[in-house]
Amino acid sequence: MKKVIIIGHGPAGISAAIYLKRAGIDPLVIGKDHGALEGYDDLVENFYGQEKPLEGVTLIQNGIKQARGLGIEVVSDAVISLETHEKGFTVKTANHVYESKTVLLATGKKRETLNRPGFNKYRGKGISMCAVCDGFFYRKKKIAIVGCGAYMLHELNHLKRMTKDLMVFTDGHPLDADIDVPVVHDKIKKFSGEEKISHIETKDHSYEVDGVFIALGTPSSVEFASQLGVIVEKGNLVVDKNYQTNIEGLFAAGDIIGGKLQIAKAVYDGMMAADAMYDYLKKKK
Amino acid sequence: MVFDFTTENFENQVLKSDVPVLVEFWASWCGPCQRVAPILEALDQDVQGLAKVGKLDVDEESKIADEFGVMSIPTIIVFKNGKVDQSTIGVQSKETLRKLLGV
Repeated sequence: MKKVIIIGHGPAGISAAIYLKRAGIDPLVIGKDHGALEGYDDLVENFYGQEKPLEGVTLIQNGIKQARGLGIEVVSDAVISLETHEKGFTVKTANHVYESKTVLLATGKKRETLNRPGFNKYRGKGISMCAVCDGFFYRKKKIAIVGCGAYMLHELNHLKRMTKDLMVFTDGHPLDADIDVPVVHDKIKKFSGEEKISHIETKDHSYEVDGVFIALGTPSSVEFASQLGVIVEKGNLVVDKNYQTNIEGLFAAGDIIGGKLQIAKAVYDGMMAADAMYDYLKKKK
Repeated sequence: MVFDFTTENFENQVLKSDVPVLVEFWASWCGPCQRVAPILEALDQDVQGLAKVGKLDVDEESKIADEFGVMSIPTIIVFKNGKVDQSTIGVQSKETLRKLLGV
């Protein structure tokens, strides 16, 4: 069992890793995409110590190299689920299962995954972000899952226990999983219905559904955290002054806890969270 | 005391209550709901005499859950004068829940 797993390899995750390493703890960093720094068109020019403005993605890649150079293990993999148990946490990625005493969530914030008409209206009225939480309400009903990879497969396998009437919508993405349910490859135009959702509409078709589960790309920290019961307010994870969530041993840092969405603040968060996690682990002994 | 609301006592305890009532729709198998329990306990201490706090098991009392369109848990609904006043999904802090209650 690891002492610390850090999910996210951006400024918050990597600086936490560096400070933990210096404190004598070997963290495992697991990261996949690049949060807000991906698709950021301008160069980063307001962060200390860079001779020339850099692309966000380059900055992240430099950070990963820096960490590896210091002997920190950084794995490139997509975390698809996070679970708690008596001794700590189980972190499942597309390829592995890891155990850890503590976890730091530092995945940053992506843009809304499905910004289409009806998405916000039917959130909680047929659209769900969590199969484990809400699958029960759709027993023997018509369920659609939006997704294309390992995360979708994880949610699909859970929902198979609830109903046989399943469909997958890839929303225009290539399907990257071997599945035995009907697949719609077209992009989703809108979600429609009355009080509750009743249809998913694409360019040419309208598909009847009772429930829609979103499992696109890799889940964000906010999704993991909500599934575990972390307090989430205004889209931010709520942490105490020690960067700990309301779940013991689960910490969070960077954009996902809100405040200034800046690299400098994420780096600071990472350092502070590392200190707090070190203290937490010391007390636990 | 955090109430356990049921089909039997819902009308008297919730709809006919003369103070605001916060109801958490939950189930024993719902992980996030387990995290709400201590928050409700603390909230209940804070709002004693001003409001009622309780939970309703969606497995046992599915009729009421259906009536209020609960399709995701935890769902938290605040009732005032027998009507739905506020509703929210997911785990919230004690302070936010108190604001929903408006007391």
